[in-house]
Formats: sequence, C-alpha cells, structure tokens
Amino acid sequence: MGFFIETLIGGLMAGMLYSLVALGFVLIFKSSGVFNFAQGAMVLFAALAMARFSEWANAALGGNSLFLANLIAFVGAGAVMWFVAWAVERFVLRKLVNQEGATLLMVTLGITYVLEGIGQTIFGSEIYNIDVGMPKEPVMMFESLFEGGILINKEDFIAALIAALLVGLLTLFFQKTPVGRALRAVADDHQAALSIGIPLNRIWVIVWLVAGVVALVAGIIWGSKLGVQFSLATVALRALPVVILGGLTSVPGAIVGGLIIGVGEKLSEVYIGPMVGGGIEIWFAYVLALVVLLFRPQGLFGEKIINRV
Amino acid sequence: MSRKIGDVILDLQNISLRFGGVKALTDISFNIREHEVRAIIGPNGAGKSSMLNVINGVYHPQDGKIFYRGVERKKMEPHMAASTGIARTFQNIALFKGMSVLDNIMTGRTLKMKSNMLLQALWLGPAQKEEIAHRRKVEEIIDFLEIQHIRKTPVGRLPYGLQKRVDLGRALAMEPQILLLDEPMAGMNVEEKQDMCRFILDVNDQFGTTIVLIEHDMGVVMDISDRVVVLDYGKKIGDGLPDEVRSSPEVIKAYLGAGH
Amino acid sequence: MLYRENGQFKTTYAADQQIFTIAQDKWFVLGVVAFAFLAVPMLADEYMFRAILIPFLILSLAALGVNLLVGYCGQITLGAGAFMAVGAYAAYNFLIRIDGMPLIGALLLGGLTSAGLGILFGIPSLRVRGLYLAVATLAAQFFCDWAFLRIKWFTNDSSSGSVSVSDLSVLGWVVDTPAEKYLFCLGFIVVFAMIAKNLTRATIGRQWMAIRDMDVAAEVIGIRPMYAKLSAFAVSSFFVGVAGALWGFVHLGSWEPAAFSVDRSFQLLFMVIIGGLGSILGSFVGAAFIVILPIFLNQFLPALGGLLGLHISTAAVSHAELIIFGSLIVFFLIVEPHGLARLWAIAKEKLRLWPFPH
Repeated sequence: MGFFIETLIGGLMAGMLYSLVALGFVLIFKSSGVFNFAQGAMVLFAALAMARFSEWANAALGGNSLFLANLIAFVGAGAVMWFVAWAVERFVLRKLVNQEGATLLMVTLGITYVLEGIGQTIFGSEIYNIDVGMPKEPVMMFESLFEGGILINKEDFIAALIAALLVGLLTLFFQKTPVGRALRAVADDHQAALSIGIPLNRIWVIVWLVAGVVALVAGIIWGSKLGVQFSLATVALRALPVVILGGLTSVPGAIVGGLIIGVGEKLSEVYIGPMVGGGIEIWFAYVLALVVLLFRPQGLFGEKIINRV
Repeated sequence: MSRKIGDVILDLQNISLRFGGVKALTDISFNIREHEVRAIIGPNGAGKSSMLNVINGVYHPQDGKIFYRGVERKKMEPHMAASTGIARTFQNIALFKGMSVLDNIMTGRTLKMKSNMLLQALWLGPAQKEEIAHRRKVEEIIDFLEIQHIRKTPVGRLPYGLQKRVDLGRALAMEPQILLLDEPMAGMNVEEKQDMCRFILDVNDQFGTTIVLIEHDMGVVMDISDRVVVLDYGKKIGDGLPDEVRSSPEVIKAYLGAGH
Repeated sequence: MLYRENGQFKTTYAADQQIFTIAQDKWFVLGVVAFAFLAVPMLADEYMFRAILIPFLILSLAALGVNLLVGYCGQITLGAGAFMAVGAYAAYNFLIRIDGMPLIGALLLGGLTSAGLGILFGIPSLRVRGLYLAVATLAAQFFCDWAFLRIKWFTNDSSSGSVSVSDLSVLGWVVDTPAEKYLFCLGFIVVFAMIAKNLTRATIGRQWMAIRDMDVAAEVIGIRPMYAKLSAFAVSSFFVGVAGALWGFVHLGSWEPAAFSVDRSFQLLFMVIIGGLGSILGSFVGAAFIVILPIFLNQFLPALGGLLGLHISTAAVSHAELIIFGSLIVFFLIVEPHGLARLWAIAKEKLRLWPFPH
C-alpha cells in the first residue's frame, strides 16, 4: 500500500509538470487558435537562458549570492521570453491572421526548429544545471499510517506548490484583470474583439509572453530536477495527450489532465509495464487520451462541439 | 400546371427537438404530399432550418415519428436519408470550395456510382465507363441550370448567385424524390430570384420532384408554393393554402408583433 | 507561345477526363519520366543515387500517401512515420518467414498490413477532427516506436534490435548497384503516382475532397463519412507502408525503429505542406526540397564560413541548419500557404497567355 501511494504521489508530481506545459498550450490555443507545438522548445529555450544567465551572473557576482544571481537570471530569462513573444507576433502571427489551423500548427513546428537552433547557438548545447536552492533530500512521511512510511522528495513538493500557485495567479489574471478580460474576448471572437477596439497584436504578445513565463517556470522546475538539455524540448510531446484529455480550451482541464496522465503513466509503468517489456509510459498516455477522445471528443473539460448547418 | 399532387410522401408527427435545455421544435406535425411545393415560413429563429435538419437526418428529434411513404423511419444518419432520395441545399452555401463546379455536381452522383476502388485506382474499363455515363447526366444538369461556361471553375471563385445555383445542381444530381431548399433565394437580386424560381418550378414540373422550401420573401412563397406551414418559436402556428395562411390572424400576429 | 491550349478541342467526355487535358502537359511529363528512366542512370554518380535520388523517390512516395490523407481528405496525421515502420517491418517478416516470398509481394504485403493498421488508427477520425486527430495519430506513432523496439518477434529476435535485408532480386534481376536500386524505386513511384492520380479524379477522390471541404454537406448528399475517411486512411497508409518497406529494404538495407521516428512523421508533413496540399506534383516538389535542403546547407555553410575566414564547427552547422530550416518553413507558409505546386500552377496560367497580358 505504501508503495502504491508513493507511486501515486510520484505520478502527481510528474503530472503537475505536464500540467504546466499543457497550460502553455491552452493559453495560446484559447486566445489565438494556434496549437503551439513550440511550447516544448520554449521550455528548453527559457531553461537554457535561465541556466546560463544564472551561471554568468553568479560568476560576475563572484559567487557570493546565489539568490541574487538567480533573480537576475529570472528577470533576464523573462526578458528573453518577452523578446520571443514579440518576435513571434511581429514576424509570424501577424502575417497569418485567418489562416487554417493546420497552417498555424506547421508554423509552430517551424518556430520549434528556429528556437532550438537559436537557443543552442547562443546558450550552448551541453547539459546545464539550474540551482535555485531547492532541497534535494527526500523525507519520510506518514510513517504512522503505513509500514515503512512514504518517501517523498521535498523538491517535488515545492515544485507542486509553485505550480499550484502559478495556476492560481493565472486564473486571477484571466478572471479579474482588464487584460485577462480582453484575452477572453479575443478567444471568443477575433473580429468582434477587434471591432470593439481590443488591440489584437498586443494581446497576442501578452499571451505568448505569459506562455513563455509558464514555460520558464516549468523549465526551472524540470531543469533543477534533471538538468537542462536538449531533450527538454520533447516535453511538448509528453504534454500533448494532457491537453487532449483535458480539452484544448480548458485551464482546469490542463491541470486535471496533467495529473491524470502523470499518475496513469507511473502506475501503468509500475504495474503493467513489466508484463509487456516496459517503456510503455509514453504511448500509454496517448492511448489513454485516444480512448477518451472516442467517447468524449471534446476532452473532459472542453466545450461541446455542435455542428451547425 | 401539368403535374398532379399525389399522396402523402412524408408525414411528420409530433416532432420535438431540444438542444440541452433549449427547445428548438415543440410538437410539430405536418405532412408533405408527393409532387407538391411545400413552403415552411416563419420569423428568424422559428426552427425552420432545424425542421429541415430533422427531415434529412442531421438532427435527431427526441420525440415524434416520421413516416416516409407510409413506413416509419428509424433514427437515421444524413447519408441514409440521402439514399432514400432526400436531397437539400443549404442556407449558407455549403459547396466544396476546393473543387470545380463540375466536380461539385459530380459528388451528387456518389450514391449512384458502384465501381470499386481497385477499378478506380487503375482507371479500368467499368470505372471509366461509369465516370463518363455520370458525366453525361451531370452535363444535362449543367445545361438545365445554364452554367456551362463555369463548369471548370473552382466554386470558391464564383459570385454568390451562381454558387446558389451550383448548390441546387449538386442536389439535383442526386435525382431526389424530395428536395429540401433552405432559403434558396436569400441575398439575391430580383433577376436572380426570378431565375431561381423558374428553376425550382421547372424541377417540380419536369421531374415531378417534391419540394420543401424555406423562404423569407413572401411574394415568392405565395406565388410558387402549393401549401404553406408556419412556424414560430418552434411551434406550428399555421398550415394550409397560401391564401388561408396569409389571412390567419395568428400568423399575422407572429409576423407583425402582438400590437396589431 | 509554346504553352497554348487553343485548337485542342475535346469531342468526347472521355477525352475531357484524361489525366492531362493539355497536350503540352502530357508531353512534358512523359519527357520527364523518359529522362528519369533513360538518361539519369547514365548521368548520376553513386553519391547522387545514394544521398539524393533514392531518398527523394522513396520519400516522394511516402509524401504522396500523406498528401492523399491530409491534402485530399483533410485528415491531419502526425503518425506517418509509424506507418512507414509498419510497412518495413511487416514486409521484412513476410520475406523471412514465408519461403519463396517474392520481393515485390513482400513489399506490397507490407503496404497492406500498414493499410490495415491505418484503418484501425483512423477510427478516431470518425469522432474527432483537426488538431485532436493529429494528436490521436501520434498515439500510433509512439505505440509503433515502442512495439518494434520491445516486441522481439517483429525483429526476428535479433540481438541488436536492428534488422537487415540483403540480396534483393526480382524475377532474376538482382537489384544491387545504386543505379539499379534507383530504377527499382522509380518503377514503383511511377506506378503509384498514376494510381494516386486515378483515385483523385474518380468518385472516391471526390468523396475525400468533399469530406475535406465540408463534411456535413458531404454526408447530406449521400457520402458515407466512415467509408470515405477510412478508405483515405487505408490508401494513404498503403502508400506510406510501401514507401517504408522500400526505405528499409532498398535505401537503408538494415534499420532500427529510430529510422521511422516521430521526426520522420513531421518531415513528411512538411513535405506536403511546403510542396502543396492536395497536389500530386506538390508531393514530389516538397520531397525534393526537404531532401536537398539539408545537404545543400551542409555543403554551403562551411564553405560560406571559409569565405569569411571563420571556422564553423559541425555543431554550429547543425544548429544553423535548424534555424534556416525552421525559418524557411515559416517563410513558405507565410508567403505561399498553398505550397510550391501553386507557384507552378500560377506560372502555367501566365504562360498560357504569354506574351499577351490578357
């Protein structure tokens, strides 16, 4: 029982990270109809920027204050993501208004390549560490409840808290601020939003910036756990079933979907994996999403699609 | 007119349709006789298009029965309705934009083309012969609708009036028993409307096709339809000959508001 | 002046339904095919065959398959690589497990197996569309990646996980020199291109396009969505599967599942988008572009660096390749979302009238 719960919690923690990446997808899809394949590349890009800025700042400060160096790096990486958002809007999205979904999807694949190339050219292509001072040692919990207790990483725990905080902030941002309202208006109808004077271009920059910051946070958490390397870009592929499961337009869907996929992956790997030779994590998530699609095409939380004639 | 109005071909009984909590149609009954021109009128949002969607299987009513030629129809998908001889045109033209006029109308022949995929892949005798036979049929429709000059043009490039005509052509290519027309004259100028009226009456007259028509232009409706059914807020408020309907107080109320 | 169609009258519907209704088109394409069969084997060297021509032909075939599904039937797929893998591994198993299985038989059976799986993974298309479907097809990709890596039966229990095929021969013709391999592939692609063209101008092709353009209207005029969509998945997967089998048998010789990864799926999708959705010619143009571009960049960038007195490392070249490749994709989608084939069509339209303005 203790082992099961440990696996479950491990899955929830991994799921939280998927949720963060999925959140980036949903934000952009909701407000611009773009299915942003580049979200994974953005995570890599942001994490690379963070890791290297932190390293450089730390060296410049003489290694005295890790906190200050990280703060500088965070602001710097945020600025970089702002630049990415601006460039994407200025050079790509603006020229592709009213194109079909497939075209936009392809464009983001192009952006993925560009980001991966530029990121590695500027920041290098080694494995880097992000050290934001997260505690690494695991703690035993619930020893009284289960025999042997449950082993939990403090780091995971903090990461989950940060993710939850971010989701809360984003919800507030969307529901309570004027910019958030404008974003929701744009999501509903581009033309109508334009006609009442919402500046579409600026809104897009903001959305991509928010998605960039979400990517940065995801990148930091992931990077401090496993190091920053190229494979981080493939996290987009891991998070795709999450958005499908949760529904492309639903923020809570991204969160719940991420948790379900995270738990499902871990449990299936531990309990079903050995029967079929292991390594089933990745397709398990997709097949799970596929099965959901067959019964609920709009995902768990998506809006029902009605065909009008 | 030479045609004779026959027996009831389609009988709708107590049809109710809901979307979630929204009632689109409530307890509607009426029938359609063979060879007649039956108009459905009513203010915007009265449920006219929903009615057509029920008839050709796009929507599935929660309650009610549909009898087609005296046989009760089970729950039915649109392509099954099509194979029983029900064709339609669309309010917001639903042509296949990437294809030429000719190909659009040829799609209407799909149900009648039987050669298998392997023959088509190799373009062997039977497939080729079938293609040519149906092409001949389609060319007759193109002649009938007077659109010979645009047969190879992609429909996306055509003006609105011509697109409506192609939409009609595609439905006619199915050689339907019942033809449902959803606002065939919306957005047309007087000349185009006259053309369209002529085509509709010709179809009815020459091929004996039963026509169910939604239209807002009262002049047109009164001129060409044999019987009219009036919907308002998803309920039937009138049914009968054009003149009867026109003088019905309830219909006048629905159209002009309660104050009159 | 050369490209004129006036004076070419059609007196029968059969004549009007030919593949090339304009005589010049017919002669041009026949000329290209003749050149490819007769002149290219004499002109190209081994490098040309191995690095450019053979990959180009096989990937064109795969792109053609993807285009039938994406371009003609409007169903996005990100799992084409998986169907290549299925074709390759199925053909391999047919070849080694059945005695006396002829090479072409194995290749086609590989394609058929892929078609069967295509139908299976096409089922979600009956419920979902667009981006949701794209993700559903990724399920096929990752499942196949895993299956060919972990299930040893597929690889005939090979210890390294890679399988290999040697001694290709058809009716006594041993296909072993690069030029022969090229001709072998060329034969396939010519036949399959004809088949694709025939399908797209027949009723099945019209059904696909109808589903693509307006699925509700298509259903209302009697097109069965299930038949149209699943047949598109089947035919597309058949094409892609045969291409995969050729890729493994003829191009690689020995291969691992990584040869058919998700990157391959993306690559194939790029080909049809850049080449032109819903265009047979576009599949070829797109394949040529994607095959040649990296080779060109690989040669060109270090040369350019040398000219400027810079030494460019291989890592830098591969990064620059990513950037340029990505930018070009973005550029093409912005400038000509209908692909390179559209540019060709516009050029022809102009040529028809040239030198007159109208």
